[in-house]
Amino acid sequence: MSPASKPPQNRGLTAIEGAMVLIVILLIVQIWLLSATLESFLAGYRDAAIPGAVISGILFAACFALYRFVANIDSGVQKR
Amino acid sequence: MRWFRKPSNVPLWREEFPVFTADERYVSRRQLTKFLTLTSFGMFAGNLWIFAKSVLYRTPVYPRTIVASIGEITVGGVKIISYQAANDPCLMVRTGEDSYVAYSQKCTHLSCAVYYEREANRIKCPCHQGYFSIADGSVLQGPPPRPLPRVVLERDKGQLVAIRMEGAGS
Repeated sequence: MSPASKPPQNRGLTAIEGAMVLIVILLIVQIWLLSATLESFLAGYRDAAIPGAVISGILFAACFALYRFVANIDSGVQKR
Repeated sequence: MRWFRKPSNVPLWREEFPVFTADERYVSRRQLTKFLTLTSFGMFAGNLWIFAKSVLYRTPVYPRTIVASIGEITVGGVKIISYQAANDPCLMVRTGEDSYVAYSQKCTHLSCAVYYEREANRIKCPCHQGYFSIADGSVLQGPPPRPLPRVVLERDKGQLVAIRMEGAGS
């Protein structure tokens, strides 16, 4: 079914699902990052804490941007 | 709230309970996305907490404690020592005529008590078959993620004195 022939209720769903998959991938990376940082911190290597926090912040910002993208599509659908 | 919802004339309850069945798919996806984003924030907060702990970390002052006298144990012998800074019992091994090593007895995997395996000259954790080197406490095999914390020993007039812990983490 081409995008033009989709019923109006379904428009944007593909984009939302794509954004959700991206968020899940970012979350998996963030979980790994948190566990690796915690592990090295407990082992006495405290130098990993700064890059860990910075990268985690970037990943959170990306997740939040994707959420805003989903919310934008959502509000666009509600306005129709 | 402003960050998670655009200003709209439509009341929130109406967005969450749509009239059309087809619109429910948007609601469930939006809510899941919000939940995932909040989870991401939780991970970020965890990393910030680790960062704060590392910034606020102060090198502890270790007490000097006499733990044994030289020659008290035979070569290959073991003594359980108590060092205040370690919080747990420690394992002291005489590895040679003139050499002594001491490590925390708590395995870095799941905190089982480790013991010295004289035949293989290594430290063993019996719970999950983890092995540590007697030379430096590093992991030789098994699930332990970190080396054993080491008690640094010093000789002082025929006594062995524990002066600090190494690799004890935070």
